[in-house]
Amino acid sequence: MLSLLVWLPVLGGIGVLVAGRDDAARARWFALGVAALVFALAVGLWVAFEAGVAGMQFIERADWISAFGIQYYLGVDGISMPLVVLTAFATLLVVVAAWEVVQYKPAQYLAAFLIMEGIMIGVFSALDAILFYVFFEAMLIPMFLIIGIWGGPNRIYATLKFFLYTFLGSVMMLIALIYLRTEAGSFAIQDFYGLQLPLATQMVLFLAFLAAFAVKVPMFPVHTWLPDAHVEAPTGGSVILAAITLKIGGYGFLRFSLPIAPEASMALDWLLIGLSLIAVVYIGLVAMVQADLKKLIAYSSIAHMGFVTLGFFLIFRILAGSGSRDGALLALEGGMVQMISHGFVSAAMFLCVGVLYDRMHTRRIADYGGVASKMPVFAGFFVLFAMANAGLPGTSGFVGEFMIVLASFQAGFWYAAIAALTLILGAAYSLWMIKRVVYGEVDNEHVDTLTDVTPRERLLLGTLAVAIIAVGVYPAPLVEVMEPSLDALFRIVVPTF
Amino acid sequence: MKTIYLLVVLAPLFGAVIAGLAGNVIGRSNAARIAVAAVAVSALGSLWVLYQHVWGGAPVFDETLYQWAQVGGLSLEVGFLIDRLTAVMMVVVTSVSLAVHVYTIGYMHDDAGYQRFFSYINLFTFAMLMLVMANNFLQLFFGWEAVGLVSYLLIGFYYRKESAIFANLKAFLVNRVGDFGFLLGIAAVLMYYGSLDYGEVFAAATLRPDMSLSIFGTEALVATVAGVLLFIGAMGKSAQVPLHVWLPDSMEGPTPISALIHAATMVTAGIFLVARMSPIFELSDAALSVVLVLGAVTALFMGLVGLVQNDIKRVIAYSTLSQLGYMFVALGASAYAAGVFHLMTHAFFKALLFLGAGAVIVALHHEQDMRRMGNLRRYLPMTHITMLLGTLALVGTPFFSGYYSKDVIIEAVHAADRFGAGFAYWAVLLGVFITALYSFRLYFMVFWGEERIDPHAKAHISHLPGYVLPVMQWPLVALAVPSVVIGYFTIEPMLFGGFFDEAIHVLSDNDVLAKKGETFHGPLAFGLHAAVNPAFWLAVAGAVVAWFFYIARPDLRPALTRPMAPLIAVLERKYGFDELYRDGFAGGGRQLGALFWRGGDQAIIDGVIVNGTARTIGRLAQGLRGVQSGYLYHYAFAMIIGLLLLLTVFVGRWQGWF
Repeated sequence: MLSLLVWLPVLGGIGVLVAGRDDAARARWFALGVAALVFALAVGLWVAFEAGVAGMQFIERADWISAFGIQYYLGVDGISMPLVVLTAFATLLVVVAAWEVVQYKPAQYLAAFLIMEGIMIGVFSALDAILFYVFFEAMLIPMFLIIGIWGGPNRIYATLKFFLYTFLGSVMMLIALIYLRTEAGSFAIQDFYGLQLPLATQMVLFLAFLAAFAVKVPMFPVHTWLPDAHVEAPTGGSVILAAITLKIGGYGFLRFSLPIAPEASMALDWLLIGLSLIAVVYIGLVAMVQADLKKLIAYSSIAHMGFVTLGFFLIFRILAGSGSRDGALLALEGGMVQMISHGFVSAAMFLCVGVLYDRMHTRRIADYGGVASKMPVFAGFFVLFAMANAGLPGTSGFVGEFMIVLASFQAGFWYAAIAALTLILGAAYSLWMIKRVVYGEVDNEHVDTLTDVTPRERLLLGTLAVAIIAVGVYPAPLVEVMEPSLDALFRIVVPTF
Repeated sequence: MKTIYLLVVLAPLFGAVIAGLAGNVIGRSNAARIAVAAVAVSALGSLWVLYQHVWGGAPVFDETLYQWAQVGGLSLEVGFLIDRLTAVMMVVVTSVSLAVHVYTIGYMHDDAGYQRFFSYINLFTFAMLMLVMANNFLQLFFGWEAVGLVSYLLIGFYYRKESAIFANLKAFLVNRVGDFGFLLGIAAVLMYYGSLDYGEVFAAATLRPDMSLSIFGTEALVATVAGVLLFIGAMGKSAQVPLHVWLPDSMEGPTPISALIHAATMVTAGIFLVARMSPIFELSDAALSVVLVLGAVTALFMGLVGLVQNDIKRVIAYSTLSQLGYMFVALGASAYAAGVFHLMTHAFFKALLFLGAGAVIVALHHEQDMRRMGNLRRYLPMTHITMLLGTLALVGTPFFSGYYSKDVIIEAVHAADRFGAGFAYWAVLLGVFITALYSFRLYFMVFWGEERIDPHAKAHISHLPGYVLPVMQWPLVALAVPSVVIGYFTIEPMLFGGFFDEAIHVLSDNDVLAKKGETFHGPLAFGLHAAVNPAFWLAVAGAVVAWFFYIARPDLRPALTRPMAPLIAVLERKYGFDELYRDGFAGGGRQLGALFWRGGDQAIIDGVIVNGTARTIGRLAQGLRGVQSGYLYHYAFAMIIGLLLLLTVFVGRWQGWF
């Protein structure tokens, strides 16, 4: 099942290249077929997944490079399974979003996304450290191409920055993984858990992982590649970047940093918490003054991901503050839910910008104004998504933030107070943008010629709207799937509890 | 009963979805029909619920509808708590909403956004019902923010108008400042009382009233911290100083929603909240004092601003601020029932005043400036009569509803001995004079005196037949009836009959209403008591002063205002809150953001670290490139040097030099 999810999109991508070399329509339909099939499989994975189980499911294990003990080892638990489904969902959206919009080398464009999808699912389901590393690095290539070929005018700087930033981090991780192999005697990630390494070693390992994952999330101060990458990336690239690749950073913290180096995580939690809170406040303020729509949303992504890392690393202080296991779980689950929700909301926001950009070919906020008069349906969607971005209850954006703020109070009043500033800042940058773009008199003759969303766009945005509201109104199924695995993780990280 | 509760809540949601998503398909009148029918169902259901809970002996309903999420041992749920407090709120919300829905048919009938408007006010009714019917903090917060969303959408309903979209952003952000405190309050409740369910929280709070925590370096009662934080939320939603600045600007929205949302229902959510949380607030005199003092400040000082406004809606808006202050004074004095009682009477007469103002505005072709009105009783007799009744209720005329509710508040705070009660008593007493002054100023400026109507508006008005539109007139009449009589009939059971015993918890030491009850001898005696009541004479004085300076001797007005010019200037600036927030918080935030972006992200991180590293590596490479010159003798020279160095080290080690 998992192999199919990994390799079907990769092979499908190659198929698109072959089938659609000189027939764009065939490439689109082929790509849509593959993406839909993968999504259907992913839904099947969710259905077949046993919710009450903490351990890995759908395990596939075979020797790969036996000389080094490297295995082809796949499996998912409650942490990775939702992310796999999210990946398949986002890719399907991207394929539909590209339909008439991408005219330059459409087959290659779609193929790149399908291959990217397979690799990302590989990242989430790899249980062998080297296999994980291979997928983790391989992911850079399609994204590099997507931005480099279909990107904006400044794409070379952006791709280089993106590549070097992320590559530099992951080299550190590779060294850490090889070291862990010598300690554990295998490359299986779960064998790395509970090694009882001395604190100094853990510290080094933790910092190595931090270098890899902090860049991906991205955390302050290694975040500046993201706004540049988003601005230059095509719409689909932004969607995948925001919805999925950022999540790999958060996932890495859960899969590697916390369970492999729990004592170092605890000793260095002040650093992660501090950087997360900076992300919420500093980045929130920076987002407010952006003049470019995509930069604004990119900064807002960083601020929202700050909540994820905040939730993950606050658990030690929550235990110290209230001694409540429920509080710590609330923080962990809040972080996970925030990741899923951000996948929906950021995808929706970037698609909205795409809709505008396709019509106006500008991302400058000042070029808009009064869009609601010309595109009322679009305006409705955009306002809804902006509200979700601002964490309105009843939308998915609320769930994670609510849980994390509630949990952070148990670590101390000030953690919660600073985190809760997002209520004000998130609303300020989201709704101020809406005011300038959507509301007001029709600003210029270009806005005056705008036409409302097409049925295809309506379907895309409508699907996301339903997903966002569904998770907001009834997050229980999502939380239920995650809880056993997060609880198991919690026991590894804090065995004394 | 559960089915009825669900029906009451879900009918308006259904209406909102249909009118909102299928509005263009089903057309204008069908959308209106569905929306009105949905709220009518809801209103009838609410009346039935109230009847059952008051006379039918229905038990308190406290049940979970579904589990929103389960985290470890903590269950987050959506559910209803229906007791008499909820039932009263349900009736107030749905009945005012119904009146406003009907009125809207006429008021908005030329507007292109007709269906959208009905969808929003249906959605508002749903959200407000979710808020008042919640049995837990999660759902409370949902309703709390959802009514804020609808308020945002409706203030900005005329989204092309710059002032409207400025006002709605301002309203949302100021409310978010309140919600910031509110959310922290909920977090405090969860941490110390271990649940988000009202029942469990109140039980835990009552069980351990002395629990304290350390904050800002001092020890404080949990109830104080949680109470004050929750009250910050109430201050945002119910527009108490210093978070009041959004409410006057919210008048940019269409008048029906000023009546429904920004006068009768949503802004009273804060009062409902504190009343609902009485088991927590009762534990902390400090928290109640905060409520009392801020309520009193708002009651007095916002009423003063109302004196200098010329926009008819803004006068009523400042009046709303002031009356909300009265309600908080009641709550702060532990007279929760009196606060809720005033909430109810105020909902009727204030909605009436707003809808009357809307009728005037429509009749004058969207004129809102009272300086261009006057003598309108000739043209709008029905509106005149109903608005007069509303005004009499507001100023506290004996036997009118507002008399009972306001007088109880004044007497309750007089009997209270909490910190700040002395100040609050004088503030609300003086407030009575001010209320009468601005109310009758409005009444005389609009309906009496010389006609100052713009010729254009005059042409519009002379086409009208005595009233604006029947569909707008009936809601006025329907609201006028309770505005006049509801106080007389309900004061005794609601305040002195243990009506709220199951919903509101008051410590016997704090129970000022019980003390009042001993001297209460029926509504008739209470009304006649006005003759020896300073509040009544203050109201009369206010009305007389207004009459004297606006009708009898308007020429003397400059003599009155000139010596008070500095004071009036302060009032016209509204004490400078707007400037402070605009320049201090909004401007400061933006400057800080720009500083972080240009200074932090661009200059330091990208400029020095990222691109700097790239440049350094580039320079290093440049330097190293010089080494690879390609000349053989360079390489040979380097090899010799290297060899010599290695030899030195080797020999040195061997000889023990170092």
